[in-house]
Amino acid sequence: MGEIKLMKGNEALAEAAIRAGLQGYFGYPITPQSEVVEYLAREEPKHNYVLLQAESEVAAVNMLYGAGGAGARVMTTTSSPGFSLMQEGISYIACAQIPCLFANIVRGGPGLGTIQPSQSDYFQATKGGGHGDYHLIVLAPNSVQEMVDHVYLGFELADKYRSPAMLLSDGAIGQMMEKVQLPDPIEYKPDKPWATTGKKPGQERNYLTSLYIQPEEMEEKNIELQAKFKKIEENEVRFEEYKTDDAKIIIVSFGLSSRISKKSVDMAREAGLKVGLFRPITVWPFPANKIADIAARKQVNFFISIEMNAGQMVEDVKLAVNGKKPVYFYGRMGGIIPTPKEILTAVQARSRS
Amino acid sequence: MLEEMVFAGFGGQGVLSMGTILAYAAMKEGKNVSWMPSYGPEMRGGTANCMVNISDKEISSPIVNEYDMAVVLNLPSLHKFESNVKQNGILIWESSTIKEKPKRKDIKTYGIPALKIAAEELKNIKVMNMVVLGALLQINNDLVKKESVLLALKETLPERHHHLIPLNEKALILGGRLVKQ
Amino acid sequence: MKEGYKLIYQKPKTLREKRMHYCPGCFHATTHKLMMEVVEELGIQEKIIGVCPVGCSVFAYDYMDVDMQEAAHGRAAAVATGIKRMHPDKIVFSYQGDGDLAAIGIAETIHACNRGENFTFIFINNGIYGMTGGQMAPTTLEGQKTTTSPYGRDPKKAGLPLKMCEIVSQFDSVAYVERVSCNTPANARKAKRAIKKAFEYQMQGLGSTFIEVASNCPSGWKCTPEESLEWLKEKAFPYFPLGVFKKPEEV
Repeated sequence: MGEIKLMKGNEALAEAAIRAGLQGYFGYPITPQSEVVEYLAREEPKHNYVLLQAESEVAAVNMLYGAGGAGARVMTTTSSPGFSLMQEGISYIACAQIPCLFANIVRGGPGLGTIQPSQSDYFQATKGGGHGDYHLIVLAPNSVQEMVDHVYLGFELADKYRSPAMLLSDGAIGQMMEKVQLPDPIEYKPDKPWATTGKKPGQERNYLTSLYIQPEEMEEKNIELQAKFKKIEENEVRFEEYKTDDAKIIIVSFGLSSRISKKSVDMAREAGLKVGLFRPITVWPFPANKIADIAARKQVNFFISIEMNAGQMVEDVKLAVNGKKPVYFYGRMGGIIPTPKEILTAVQARSRS
Repeated sequence: MLEEMVFAGFGGQGVLSMGTILAYAAMKEGKNVSWMPSYGPEMRGGTANCMVNISDKEISSPIVNEYDMAVVLNLPSLHKFESNVKQNGILIWESSTIKEKPKRKDIKTYGIPALKIAAEELKNIKVMNMVVLGALLQINNDLVKKESVLLALKETLPERHHHLIPLNEKALILGGRLVKQ
Repeated sequence: MKEGYKLIYQKPKTLREKRMHYCPGCFHATTHKLMMEVVEELGIQEKIIGVCPVGCSVFAYDYMDVDMQEAAHGRAAAVATGIKRMHPDKIVFSYQGDGDLAAIGIAETIHACNRGENFTFIFINNGIYGMTGGQMAPTTLEGQKTTTSPYGRDPKKAGLPLKMCEIVSQFDSVAYVERVSCNTPANARKAKRAIKKAFEYQMQGLGSTFIEVASNCPSGWKCTPEESLEWLKEKAFPYFPLGVFKKPEEV
């Protein structure tokens, strides 16, 4: 299977979406993700998908709501400030349970910030992001290959749970090129009896809403959503371990910083320090149980969360470790990527203290 | 093997495409590659660079602190990257643009007058980067095969520029000769 | 049917058996009925998809027996765009109030019209935010009192009311624009004809179709339904004249 290509993360994501049966894309240009919509625009004549450059991210997310609600396989991509603008729509989408795929090619914030890569949208991605109690299924790719694989997986999970899913990526993964293996295209046949495609004869009409004005009904809806989230937490946790078996120090890191940390692990091992890497692939649902298991291991001395932000995932790590072992943090902010050596130094400093 | 490299210069000098062609050639030989550009406004008129890693194993970090090889085409890039070349590593610098010589003695340095050659012998300064790449392949001759680079040129260059392939090929050859001398 | 009775009127089957929450005298109810009569007459119940807004008509999906989506405030045009683009063979409408379409959602309205999105806007302009208790809308008339303009709308502070039909009829991509009302049986019949034409033009793929219903809000205007009809005739129609602003050439 699969063609081998050298591709930018953003272009690979776009190509993967086409191959995964994309039917509608609605988006607004923003650096560093514009290559996605540019790629889709270039390829449009060869395929059957609808591509629409919206007047804003606010419009784009609501077009997604409409098109996804009408049963289509739909996606939008943006970067941090644009993702903030989409939050209202995502809250509606989560409640109306419309499957769709988002990708946030994160850049440094807050505010207009920088266009350089960052992981500072972790809270926003994993804790809901908009108003109300909800989650998105959040995949954190750390390579161009996973920008492809996670598009397929994201669409699949979105449909399976009638839920919005997203890729929490960053500017560096979006811009960098790597070798990728492209999966074969699939012919997507939506099976969505709930979708608004016109009332079926003899059946009740379909309607999609997030309005339940009676608090009892709203609570019931919330109970239904929470049951779904619980199911996702039970079934869809994904993670990767690297040299954790005998490790005394566990680096926890996701996305781009996990790639860099992997090199730091090798450097540490060369220096005689038993370091391992635990990498959440789904940052929601968070692999808390697995981290708790590792925390219970006798030889593990401490955890250190490595992130390109001021310390966000470290809160989830602490909750998972639940006081069994110390949990430290090292990170860079504002679009700075830490180097492998810098991470090693941070680990060594904690190891000595 | 793992070869960690950086290509740096002014935007427009072709540093990004030089890195792309090399990465592509290595990929064609079945190796793992990563190509990480600097991006954004700094590319326009300012300094552009890309980090290229080639390995026969999985590449962990696409970002590194030290390079096996640095290719610098302007003075700011020489200043920025000379200190980050590993001991016994390689520094290739464009000697008709950069008037300062590298200072380190613990690395191998090669001054390549690629711009001069491109202008005088090839009458097209746009292939300057290919002269440099030719030199690079001669210096580090087990990195990728020359045929793979030619294949990469064909497959990465848009069709409308294919008439320039012979010129690029010539630039590669001339670049290689500069090192032999 | 009881013996001795003769059926002279019944509501369309495309309206659901659900008691409406609208205030007595409100044109929302009338407009719902007119729209669903058109759906029944055109036989498009299985082909039509609606989008309801945030505002008094947020529960329109409870009344109209067609597939519907409830949009975020102001975004009905974007939602309708998404639906129509995926299902160009279906008939799509957005049903929006003045706050939704002309204030928070005016960007979506303008851009959908400029792209000629082939769906029908049903725009209920009653000059006030009814659902939230009678605040000033972008279409509140000069001098009109609301809870946020208690001394009357002051154009120096709030600008003049937005004339949406006049605005959207400027776009080449908009096929049909008409302002109607339901203040008399005759006008209600005209309104129904306009809605029907809009759906028909949409089915012909002619571009955006835009029907504004100059409406009332007895509760928000603090008057009786009857007085609201007087106000429409005396104050609203001079500023928001009824009529066709644009129609396809061949018609």
